[in-house]
Amino acid sequence: MDELELRKLIKAVEKGKVSRRSFIQTMIGLGLTGPMAGQMLMHAGVAQAQTPSVFSLYKPTKRGGGGPLRMLWWQAPTLLNPHFATGTKDQDAARLFYEPLAEWDADANLVPILAAEIPTVQNGGLAKDGKSVVWKLKKDVKWHDGQPFTADDLIFNWKYSIDPATAAISIGSYLEIQQIDKIDTHTIRIVFKKPKPFWADPFVSNFGMIIPKHLFEPYIGGKSRDAPNNLKPIGTGPYKFVDFRPGDVVKGEINQNYHMPNRPFFDTVEMKGGGDAVSAARAVLQTGEFDFAWNMQVEDEILKRLEVGGKGRVSIAQTGNMEHLLLNLKDPWNEVDGERASLKSKHPILTDPAVRAAFNLLVDRQSVQDNIYGRTGIATRNFLANPPRFRDPDNKFEFNIDKANQILEAAGWKKGADGIRAKDGKQLKFVFQTSINAPRQKCQQVIKQACQKAGIELELKAIVASVFFSSDVNNPDTYTKFFCDLEMYNITMAQADPEFFMNQFLTEQASTKANKWQGRNLTRWSNEEYDKTFHAAESELDPVKRAAMFIKMNGLVVANVVAIPIVNRPNVQAINAKLKAPMTGFGNNTWLIQDWYKEA
Amino acid sequence: MSRYILRRLLIAIPSILGISVILFTVLALAPGDPFSEMASNPNIPAEVRANLRKQFGMDDPVAVRYVRWFTSMAKGDWGFSFASRVDVDKLILQRLPTTLFVIGLSQLLALMIALPVGVYAATRPYSWFDQVANTFAFIGFSLPTFFTGLLLILLFSIKLDWLPMVYRADIDASGWQYVWESFKQAIMPITVLGLFQGASWTRFVRSATLDVIRLDYVTTARSKGLPERTVIIKHVVRNALIPVVTLVALQLPGVFGGAIVTEQIFRVPGIGSLLIASILANDTPVIMGVTFVFSILVILFNLFADILYGWLDPRISYG
Repeated sequence: MDELELRKLIKAVEKGKVSRRSFIQTMIGLGLTGPMAGQMLMHAGVAQAQTPSVFSLYKPTKRGGGGPLRMLWWQAPTLLNPHFATGTKDQDAARLFYEPLAEWDADANLVPILAAEIPTVQNGGLAKDGKSVVWKLKKDVKWHDGQPFTADDLIFNWKYSIDPATAAISIGSYLEIQQIDKIDTHTIRIVFKKPKPFWADPFVSNFGMIIPKHLFEPYIGGKSRDAPNNLKPIGTGPYKFVDFRPGDVVKGEINQNYHMPNRPFFDTVEMKGGGDAVSAARAVLQTGEFDFAWNMQVEDEILKRLEVGGKGRVSIAQTGNMEHLLLNLKDPWNEVDGERASLKSKHPILTDPAVRAAFNLLVDRQSVQDNIYGRTGIATRNFLANPPRFRDPDNKFEFNIDKANQILEAAGWKKGADGIRAKDGKQLKFVFQTSINAPRQKCQQVIKQACQKAGIELELKAIVASVFFSSDVNNPDTYTKFFCDLEMYNITMAQADPEFFMNQFLTEQASTKANKWQGRNLTRWSNEEYDKTFHAAESELDPVKRAAMFIKMNGLVVANVVAIPIVNRPNVQAINAKLKAPMTGFGNNTWLIQDWYKEA
Repeated sequence: MSRYILRRLLIAIPSILGISVILFTVLALAPGDPFSEMASNPNIPAEVRANLRKQFGMDDPVAVRYVRWFTSMAKGDWGFSFASRVDVDKLILQRLPTTLFVIGLSQLLALMIALPVGVYAATRPYSWFDQVANTFAFIGFSLPTFFTGLLLILLFSIKLDWLPMVYRADIDASGWQYVWESFKQAIMPITVLGLFQGASWTRFVRSATLDVIRLDYVTTARSKGLPERTVIIKHVVRNALIPVVTLVALQLPGVFGGAIVTEQIFRVPGIGSLLIASILANDTPVIMGVTFVFSILVILFNLFADILYGWLDPRISYG
């Protein structure tokens, strides 16, 4: 799908011939992210008017009276400063108290939280050159200690985050800001260092939560760890802080001065951590002791059985998270200049396009979905899977052992006496690694069996997750070193914009000894066309053109079989039958916590 | 006596030093990285991670890190957790009350079962009571706690809906209701741990008592015409307790260490779950803090057991 076709599709959405949701689905099919699709529609003036706002789903007519809200995370929150929050659990916990300017909903609409309105070209918020954006803040917002929330707080958060000594995790979202002008007490203009197509990044969603200047100002930089409010958040959110035990529980109570009417519904909120996913699912779906449980990494079979009682249900939100298989293009078994899988080497077999094409046909994605992941893993062929506006609908996956055999046969790989294909004395034998995790080991088996029928032998290797995912320079078994032929893991797309996500196939990102294997390009694939398209997309302001570029990049990755996407992993949560808790695949689980309520 | 204690305490210093060196090196050599979660997040530039490593002093050689850790530890600074950026001693203190409550009560329960059952079974060896007690003891310590824990949850939380399956450290209640709720949620973990411990102790108490009960002085006591009750309590049990005391004293540091598996199943926020969470997160300062305190307690309780011998058996002297 190229730019022209995209424009036609957007027109169709504008005229109401195609629904917004199906457009987003299509784009996810093309491998794009939801928020990017949303931005495309906003840019075209279709905007968000078409679908009712998520806020209209909120029914209670008065604040409070909802009793306690009990939530369970099987990993416990460990800190509450959103700028330090690494994992989902910490961000979700911080989000009870802190808020960003805006959030992405499930259909990738930008929803204002602390912003008075979403900037657009039409309302003058977005500069035509893409170098600046004006945000108007809500006027009557107060911090939990009664201080007013103003433009100064935003400017402070930017400075706080980019100070390297602060060691903030959020730094990536703020580095591209050149300056922030304070237009008045409740209006700011963010000026970027260069045109930024994805302007809704700073102060938005996961890394956009804003902390109060008056409490954190003395603790900017090296003293950041000493701030007493790191553990006692004072935010603008719907709940006020009550108690926090790192690694165990966070508690909050209703904020009677919350800035949105009739919200929140619950009088107290509790987020308990620890334990395991299955018993968390039980506590919500079977005993009803808790109202919400996070990240149900549980086999779908079990979830279905627990759901039978009717006390709760499983909620599934689309994300860009991708379980995928990587094929090493460099030689991992021999050293060149003292480095395995050196950029100067070439994988003796996997560089053969026929072998890679065969692998693509040998991954039985449908079986993996049907028999292993169920509703919690959707078969896909696109690498960039979500949001929909970037997904390629023409890109269908196929599982065909016969065809794989034909391709290998035609390329001169002949079956030997032991049933393994070989050519020029090289046998099709590979080592396939992944982390220890029951569904992954099953998935390895599915792939191994199919390969066997095509005359390829796979040796399976499973590595403890804490080693596999570490960045230990001395350990050969880390996934970033990839000293192996094949590997499989789940890559998360924390960002609504695919730019960060797609830089993992850039030549300059190759993971090597020189960068201590910190580069994100693990297969060390190098493609001039991809690099060129990526760099063009970096400064392309027209969202449609840019989307077309990402679709093209996704196509290159898939066509060259650099990575073989297997299943798209949605966010899966267990929710009490009466609880209304809007979820999104493009933000925190608690992104709309103020709108959660229970039906009578 | 006091010279003996002083000598033992002095000997303890090199052992503690040795233990800390070993713990530290093992942790330093172990694979893993506290910031691995950041590595897979494309939004976080690699420089942030490098910067954090530098700030937390993780790029220095092991020896330098050890000396730095030891000197600050000697000054009472335990360091801070990489995961929560909170001081390690605060984290441990926060978990201590729950651990002492749950694990302490379970050990008490174990003793309350093991002593009477073990002694009574030994006084009537191979009677039906002894057989039944033995059978249950075998079943008790053969079933792992994660199994009995899940069994209890299935029965009492899911089928009967009597007891909560999630342990909560701070309950919104006061007065008697608070006491009742705290106790109610602790019943299952205490039972699981107490029965497991009690089963193995029962076997131990029984065999220790059997060893003593056949000795000549017991026969003498009986022939003097002392009532059976006095014979058992004053003469048999006191001597039979010596090996039992060793066992119990050496297991008491475990009260501090918590019970990793059981705490995980019931989500008891004790020190065991702190330890396992920090191991999974490669949070070295916390692992170091917990294991170090634990090893000091083991050394102290060893000494405590040795001193108790003297009180129980005057023949043992401390030269």
